[in-house]
Amino acid sequence: MIEVKDIYKSFSGNEVLKGISGKFEEGVTNLIIGGSGSGKTTLLKCMVGLHQPDSGSVLYDGRDFTPMTYEQRIEVRKEIGMLFQGSALFDSMTVEDNIMFPLNMFTDQTRKEKIERVNFCLERVNLAGKNNLFPAELSGGMKKRVGIARAISMNPKYLFCDEPNSGLDPKTSIVIDELIQELTEEFKTTTIVVTHDMNSVMGIGDYILFLHEGKKFWEGSNKEIAHTDIKELNDFVFASRFMKAAKDKF
Amino acid sequence: MNFTNFGRYILLLKSVFRKPEKLKIYLKEIAKQMDYVGVGSLGLIAIISTFIGAVMTLQIAFQLVSDFIPKTIIGSVNRDSSILELSPTISAIVLAGKIGSAISSEIGSMRVTEQIDALEIMGINAPGYLILPKIISGITMVPMLVIISMFLSITGGYIGGSISGAVTPAEYMQGITTDFNPYTIVVALVKAFVFGFIITSVPAYEGFYVRGGALEVSQASTRAVVISCISILVCDYLVTQLLL
Repeated sequence: MIEVKDIYKSFSGNEVLKGISGKFEEGVTNLIIGGSGSGKTTLLKCMVGLHQPDSGSVLYDGRDFTPMTYEQRIEVRKEIGMLFQGSALFDSMTVEDNIMFPLNMFTDQTRKEKIERVNFCLERVNLAGKNNLFPAELSGGMKKRVGIARAISMNPKYLFCDEPNSGLDPKTSIVIDELIQELTEEFKTTTIVVTHDMNSVMGIGDYILFLHEGKKFWEGSNKEIAHTDIKELNDFVFASRFMKAAKDKF
Repeated sequence: MNFTNFGRYILLLKSVFRKPEKLKIYLKEIAKQMDYVGVGSLGLIAIISTFIGAVMTLQIAFQLVSDFIPKTIIGSVNRDSSILELSPTISAIVLAGKIGSAISSEIGSMRVTEQIDALEIMGINAPGYLILPKIISGITMVPMLVIISMFLSITGGYIGGSISGAVTPAEYMQGITTDFNPYTIVVALVKAFVFGFIITSVPAYEGFYVRGGALEVSQASTRAVVISCISILVCDYLVTQLLL
């Protein structure tokens, strides 16, 4: 479980996060949603330590991450897998080398064992046999799946996904969403997905934290989101005519 | 660099020299970078050094108009100029353009495409993994290139002098072997070591802290080369002042 407590973060006097708190349970898909500039990516970066919060704490199963030394953080980070918005694959390495990279760095496995692990991860994301391709030879959806394969290669306890559907067509987006949910349930990871994709919200949002202008406005599940009367949330979720019509119908 | 940037540069260097996660992987990276910096720059350095040596001979001969000055002096002046100044400094400035811009672009592109963030999240010391092998390759390969450059520059002087008739081969050979002070080699190698550090660490810094997209990466690359060249010239003066 990951818990954030009263996180504040500002850049050059501009307050981006204003006291965010929330609990993200393991084995379920936790979503952080909100409009552009609402602070969701900043919150994610504070959680993984890419940004240092001005105040507040981030607890990984009770371990406070924010005051940790560099060496202590390294130990926690070995338990973290992350899928980046642009996949962030190492473009000079093949798919196999990308997935094997953390294994090379942190394990003493033999090459055969590492290859087996790579093949398992690739099979898990339906990309078996694509070992020798370079990122430039992959489609957007395939890159995301390789990113997921790399993120799960070390059996992470915590999985972070930053806008996993950005730039993908609706069908591929659903494939990625389902994959994230399957892996979360299968490996019992604490998964946190930052998104503004409404299909994801409705499809995999076991727990949803809604941010608006740097503040937490609402939390709940995808089953509850349609029945809320918070204006900011409704304006965000039902912004499109299609979603509005769908809400009226139900 | 203003003071803020200089402070960040020092802090980055502190991170660079943290203990490597896995020595074997770092050694592999160092070998790769040595190949790129050393072997990859050999041709360029060879051509530049040979021509500079040849041109130096012609220019020294042109300026020696008095019959009271022996022609052997052409060899001596060419030797000392090549060893003390031309080989280390010109090679370093050329390498700053070739290697410095490549380092800055590579690391800058990794920054804007979140690859550096990915390394950090994995628990890898990104400055160490990305920059340390480049610095080690710089401080080892640049002195080697400078040694080759010295030899080729003096050889270039010999060829240029012989072809043009500005100096006879015998006079030139006598010149380069007379009153040779081996200490000049030490000074040149100290310079090469310092320059090797500058042309790898400064562009790495510029690339590592780049923000934005392709335009900012290219601007960082240009800035890296300019700052490297100025730093090389300043350090050239300082090292010369200190050691001679």
